[in-house]
Amino acid sequence: MNGPLAIEASGLVFRYPDGHRALTGVDLAIRAGERVALLGPNGAGKTTLARHLNGLLLPESGSVLVGGVPLGPATLGEVRRRVGLVFQETEDQLFMPTVVEDVAFGPANLGLRGAELEARVLAALTSVGAADLAARAPHHLSGGERRRIALATVLAMQPDVLVLDEPTSNLDPAGRRELATVLLGLDVAQLVITHDLPFALELCDRAVVMADGAVVATGRVVDVLSDADLLARTRLELPLGFDPAVGFARRPVRH
Amino acid sequence: MGAGHSHTLYVHEHTRLHHLVPEVKIAGALGFAVVMAVTPRTALPVAAVELAIVASLARSARLRPRFVLSRLSVIVPFLLMAMLVPFVAGGAQVDVAGVSLSREGLWGAWNIASKATLGGLTSIVLAGTTEVPDLLRGLERLRVPAVLTTIAMFMVRYLEVVGGEVGRTRTAMTARGYDPRWLWQVRPLAAASGALFIRSYERGERVHQAMLSRGWDGRLPDLGHPTATTAQWRLASLPALTALLALLTWRLA
Amino acid sequence: MHVPDGFLNVGTSLATGAASAGTVAVALRQTSARVRDAQVPLAGLAAAFVFAAQMVNFPVAAGTTGHLLGGALVAILLGPSLGLVVVTVVVVVQALVFADGGLTAIGTNVLNMAIVTSLGGWAVFRFVRRLLPATARAVVVATWIAAFASVLLSSMAFSLEWLFGATAPVAFDTVFVAMVGVHALIGVAEAVISALTVQAVLAVRPDLVHGADGVRHPGARGRRSPRPLVIGGLAIAMLLAAGLAQVAADAPDGLERVAIDLGFADAAEGHALGSSVFASYATAGVDDPGLSLALAGISGTALTMAVGGGLVLALRGRRRDEVATATQGPIDVIESRVG
Repeated sequence: MNGPLAIEASGLVFRYPDGHRALTGVDLAIRAGERVALLGPNGAGKTTLARHLNGLLLPESGSVLVGGVPLGPATLGEVRRRVGLVFQETEDQLFMPTVVEDVAFGPANLGLRGAELEARVLAALTSVGAADLAARAPHHLSGGERRRIALATVLAMQPDVLVLDEPTSNLDPAGRRELATVLLGLDVAQLVITHDLPFALELCDRAVVMADGAVVATGRVVDVLSDADLLARTRLELPLGFDPAVGFARRPVRH
Repeated sequence: MGAGHSHTLYVHEHTRLHHLVPEVKIAGALGFAVVMAVTPRTALPVAAVELAIVASLARSARLRPRFVLSRLSVIVPFLLMAMLVPFVAGGAQVDVAGVSLSREGLWGAWNIASKATLGGLTSIVLAGTTEVPDLLRGLERLRVPAVLTTIAMFMVRYLEVVGGEVGRTRTAMTARGYDPRWLWQVRPLAAASGALFIRSYERGERVHQAMLSRGWDGRLPDLGHPTATTAQWRLASLPALTALLALLTWRLA
Repeated sequence: MHVPDGFLNVGTSLATGAASAGTVAVALRQTSARVRDAQVPLAGLAAAFVFAAQMVNFPVAAGTTGHLLGGALVAILLGPSLGLVVVTVVVVVQALVFADGGLTAIGTNVLNMAIVTSLGGWAVFRFVRRLLPATARAVVVATWIAAFASVLLSSMAFSLEWLFGATAPVAFDTVFVAMVGVHALIGVAEAVISALTVQAVLAVRPDLVHGADGVRHPGARGRRSPRPLVIGGLAIAMLLAAGLAQVAADAPDGLERVAIDLGFADAAEGHALGSSVFASYATAGVDDPGLSLALAGISGTALTMAVGGGLVLALRGRRRDEVATATQGPIDVIESRVG
């Protein structure tokens, strides 16, 4: 799929204040509308990378271009509008008293008010199939509902790229199915960090594998998952009896 | 310092009181409470009027008596304290059923008990008809600093989450045979407390990052909720004005 | 305890309300906008923590339980200004959302349960730490003493409010001895729980204990049982309570002398002044206004020194805090550049 680069990261290096070297030179390119899976063992630096893409962290060295805009202290607002980050822990991301206020938080920070804001909120909630949950309190929702609402809070900002950190964790199979359906229906570039390899295969076209703070492999998801050596080296494991080629052939029709 | 209830008082109904804008309700409740607090303790008719006002408000808000009485239990320690007063107070004594009680003390006990009750009822009507986010918004409109109301908003949002963690930890400890009776056995509880603080703190940091990632610049946006009309202000001031009228009538009579 | 409406007279309610509002306003204004905004969600979570911790039943003796107040603990963990704001929010929310505490008594409750405990506790904490070496154990001991003092100070404040604003003729010294005496025992529980909690936090994340700056060996774990601490504390508390009662009974003249020496009463007009200044309900029926004067004077002094000192320390410490946060984690680095 050819097209302009939604995200272009080069040579990212980052070290946490306690000295831990989380990123040791990462390159990553995501095209508009593309869906990329980010795989790797715990501690590989996936979440750290995600936080760079949304401007929550600034790299020690290297650069990030978001739709051509370079990430820097002056462009944080713009970057955070273009790249939406859905956190792993939904409880931390839904911090307003009601769903509506949570979804409205992002666009309101962008300056929307009144009817325009309401329309944006409704559209975001509808796109994740949660319009009926508008008046509810977040802590009374199920895990799957919270995940979709968290997605809506980010979609309401109309980002160019969605970064999802472990979106299927704590979801039951039905919730997982609902989420996959919603994500497949979205017209936004997506970077999906996940341990759920079948989910990655179903949703994404390309996979990037990280280990020890660097990218160790990229390619089509089906090819990456069929590389037994690579999987072994990076502590990844397919579910018992899962054949990537068969899964790939059985993927639902895409837009 | 005591353990109160952990469930908010809001009762979901659609009454006139429920639909009033929060700032007028808070101001109205406060005004009424002030009049009630300055009512002399000997003005029994006025106290009766005030009780009637609160009871009718509770009725129109469809708050059930059993619910109201159960939430009123927070004032019980002060009712007990009030009961002691006639026994420990000084001054002229009066004979009640063979027991010598201080006359001033009896009035003092009545004062404490009646005002604690009326005040408690007022607060229950206010909290029962106003959801927490609206209460906080009302406070902001009444010029309470936004920092405080925002902190309060997060507090109420995460009360159940943190409370849930406390419950789960306590269950886990009990399941492993922990049954403390004495203060020196409190170390595991305190250790759990420390762990809870750390987790709460780290969650606070994560919430902050989530806010930043959605473009937060330090100010919570005003999402255009309805503001108060003069009619609403007038309605909300009725309880206080009625009580004041009763007070003045009693004074001048 | 959350004071209900009408418990104190109008003048006292207004005065405490004004004092509370003023103190909180000063604490808020002195925190810079940048640092404050980053701390808002944190403060909210801390407030939720305080509320939840206040609901926990801590065992005291033979199955009876007590509850944490938390003002000193929060001041030591988060710093006096933020701690003050956090506990204030807890008290206000308890009054408005949970109907715990009168609407007209919010000022009084904030003063007694938030301001006196956090600022007074912080002042005592800093004072004790200055006397001890800079070790983690010293921080825990200082917490113990500060938390104990905070409960005493809170009950003293309550008693003083009763002196000026009583609505029933119960003598001030009766209330004082009862309140402070009982709270001396409650204070031991508060002290033990607060100290052990700080010890637990120090062991895992010493950077989260604001009062532990400058400690040379963070994370030191105490292995000994707290039993001697508890028994010692109880003994001290009981001595205090007994001593107070004894002194009150035996040597009112001696206390009056102290009051005169401290300048609270004119030597020539001791009794007369006493009965005119304290001609309120709270001293009606009291034989010895001199005793009331002495108790009021001493506790007034203690409160002024502790709370005033805590406020001054809080205001002076904020600039140090700002510099500290500006050099911490990545988020704060971003924020300091963005402004």
